[in-house]
Amino acid sequence: MIIASLFILFLPLLAFLIQIFWGRRLPRQGDFVAIAAVGGTLVIALGMLLAILLKFDPGFQREAAFEWVNLGAFQIKLGFLIDNITVIMLVVVALISTMSHIYSTRYMGGDPLYSRYFAYLGLFTFSMNGIVLANNLLSLYIFWELVGVSSYLLIGFWFQKDSAADAGKKAFLTNRVGDLGFFIGIMLFFTAMGSFNYQDIFNGVANGQLSGIMLTLAGLGLFCGAVGKSAQVPLHIWLPDAMEGPTPVSALIHAATMVAAGVYMLVRLFPIMTPDVLIIIAYVGGFTALFAATIAITQNDIKRVLAYSTLSQLGYMVMAVGTGAYTAGFFHLVTHAMFKASLFYGAGSVIYAMHNALHKLNDHETDAQDMRNMGGFKSRMPITYWTMVVATLAISGVPFLSGFISKDAILAGTLAFAGHSPQHFLVPFFGFTAAMITPFYMLRLIYLTFHNEPRQTHIYIKIVESPRAMTVPMIVLSSLTFFAFYTLPQFNPFAGNGWFTSLVTAQDSLVTGFAVVSAHEFAEQVHHNHTLAMILSVSLAGLGILFSWLFYLKRKLSADAWAQRSGFIYRWSFHKYYIDEIYDRFIYQPFLRLTDKVGYTDWDLYDQKFIDGFGRVSEKLARLSGTIDWEGLDKMIVNGIGRFFQRSGQSLRQAQTGRLQNYLLFALLAIIVILIIQVL
Amino acid sequence: MDQLQTYLIIGAVLFCLGLYGVITRRNAIAILMGVELILNSANVNFVAFARFGGMNMSGQIFALFVIIMAAAEAAVALAIIINIYHLYHSINVDEPSELKL
Repeated sequence: MIIASLFILFLPLLAFLIQIFWGRRLPRQGDFVAIAAVGGTLVIALGMLLAILLKFDPGFQREAAFEWVNLGAFQIKLGFLIDNITVIMLVVVALISTMSHIYSTRYMGGDPLYSRYFAYLGLFTFSMNGIVLANNLLSLYIFWELVGVSSYLLIGFWFQKDSAADAGKKAFLTNRVGDLGFFIGIMLFFTAMGSFNYQDIFNGVANGQLSGIMLTLAGLGLFCGAVGKSAQVPLHIWLPDAMEGPTPVSALIHAATMVAAGVYMLVRLFPIMTPDVLIIIAYVGGFTALFAATIAITQNDIKRVLAYSTLSQLGYMVMAVGTGAYTAGFFHLVTHAMFKASLFYGAGSVIYAMHNALHKLNDHETDAQDMRNMGGFKSRMPITYWTMVVATLAISGVPFLSGFISKDAILAGTLAFAGHSPQHFLVPFFGFTAAMITPFYMLRLIYLTFHNEPRQTHIYIKIVESPRAMTVPMIVLSSLTFFAFYTLPQFNPFAGNGWFTSLVTAQDSLVTGFAVVSAHEFAEQVHHNHTLAMILSVSLAGLGILFSWLFYLKRKLSADAWAQRSGFIYRWSFHKYYIDEIYDRFIYQPFLRLTDKVGYTDWDLYDQKFIDGFGRVSEKLARLSGTIDWEGLDKMIVNGIGRFFQRSGQSLRQAQTGRLQNYLLFALLAIIVILIIQVL
Repeated sequence: MDQLQTYLIIGAVLFCLGLYGVITRRNAIAILMGVELILNSANVNFVAFARFGGMNMSGQIFALFVIIMAAAEAAVALAIIINIYHLYHSINVDEPSELKL
């Protein structure tokens, strides 16, 4: 297992190194290297999945670590932790990554930076696997930042477009805000426990080494990281902009894996979250789920609709963690990865077809991603249409598909949560409302893109189905939305328990004085609410589907008229509640003004006045002391001494005749003088 | 004439003559001769003090040493003078007023 996971971790890194250094020189720019590497990880990950299925042990766990830093008493060990959650997540990452690689061979074909693109994908897969495999917060943080970097590189991959470069920057900086809290959380744990290892931290929390308000703060810090990475309100602003990246990247990073890393981390660390943190998590997640869903209704860019849908579904997962149904959250993470990646591939396929059509028409003005330019594509792109419909139904929570089971589990969790703490009734309200809105906007996307008469006939006639390298990943992933893949050996589409729920079981909270409920009791409560949740969610989804059908397919109700009627609500939603504008007005602009002021203080006042003034004063002082030194000291004293000796030497040299007899005479006279003195 | 003073006066006269010669003469050989006179005046004094002071023969022996030393000195001095003559074509002591060539 450990050896296999080493391969999983380092194969994509190897591919990255080969691609970045030799990619351009290899045939086909080396895309087969990258595909072989991630394909290899997929094979190994599937082997590991098979191994845990054969073991079928919910408590399965392997850990290996090596010493990274050893300073006597202070040691840091890095290593892997492999349990059922890890293996399932590895399969998800490897599968989506492989599919994205295959898809990209056509979608990115002919791009001038084709090989570099695959290199970045390899770097991302490496870092993501690192997050999944980490057994300690330190290496988690390292890989956390690495996925941030690869995300930045891939969002800004078409950096010649200003919007893409800005989006990359925005994603990176917004993540920084969350990661600051994340780092504080990690260091709080480290200072309390002296270790980064998950197990040590769990033990430390169980022993009460960190408790009360500090544990809550540390948990909130970790959650901050998740808020940034998983794009929860208020740091959600980067994810819609991240759609500037290539579509397979959106599918891989910004729908299936990286944005799920926050949820994955919360699932891993659930047992150390205090009730206060969990309530905050539940509210943030629930609010994001509803908030993003309401924005998705009014967007016209096909990828932006999917981006807000991703936000909403991530909100679901986070909410599930907050309510305590964190295994359901992880379940939704897996199912969502499949159908959302499939949806993104579908959208990419449409965009690809639009681009080609516009290219043939020599049209560089029309927006290839705007659904208002589409319509009626169903007959031109049947594979794309059907895979997207399946994935849409899955995300809508239609029975027989995976989304139904996982969403149900979450909603039952929220009901159970509201059952034991009724004051938090808003959480299930968020969940169920979002469950109604989701099918509405998703089917709106389907209807606007594929149904009715084409809006731009001249584009429509040029639309053709995408090549097989793109349709195969769509087919694979949309077929993976079939419920049985997650419920075997059970085959009841409404029960929802099977190998997944048996292998991924909830742990009790380790927080001392966790007064709420044990995992077992909670599971009982969820079970009681299961039927209610199912009936509610199916009927709400049906309602959403019905309205969408009335609005956008049958047009019994006019979407435009309702938009007019709802007035400012529509405008709010259309402008994403002006969040970006609010941030601009109340954060960026004041900050820029502040930096202007600080800059003014630093340059105009401090530098120019104080520092330069200091310089001017010392210059004057230096001149003065130079004058004193030269005129007074040098010329008078130093040269004066010289002159004195020069003059006295000149006068004394008269006495030195160089004649021996003179000297002798002087000596004689001296002796005579001495003798006279003696005698006297 | 058997008085000590007589010999001392002779010695003093000899010394003064020698000194005068050394100071006034330009010719190196004349100076050398002056030096010999001074040495001899010392010899006269040695012998006189030995004779009248009752000091056995030590004065006479000292005088003998002085004569030997004077001979050696004359040899060295004459060699120097010959060299000076070679270099300056003169034995006037004012000529070689520098220690370098």
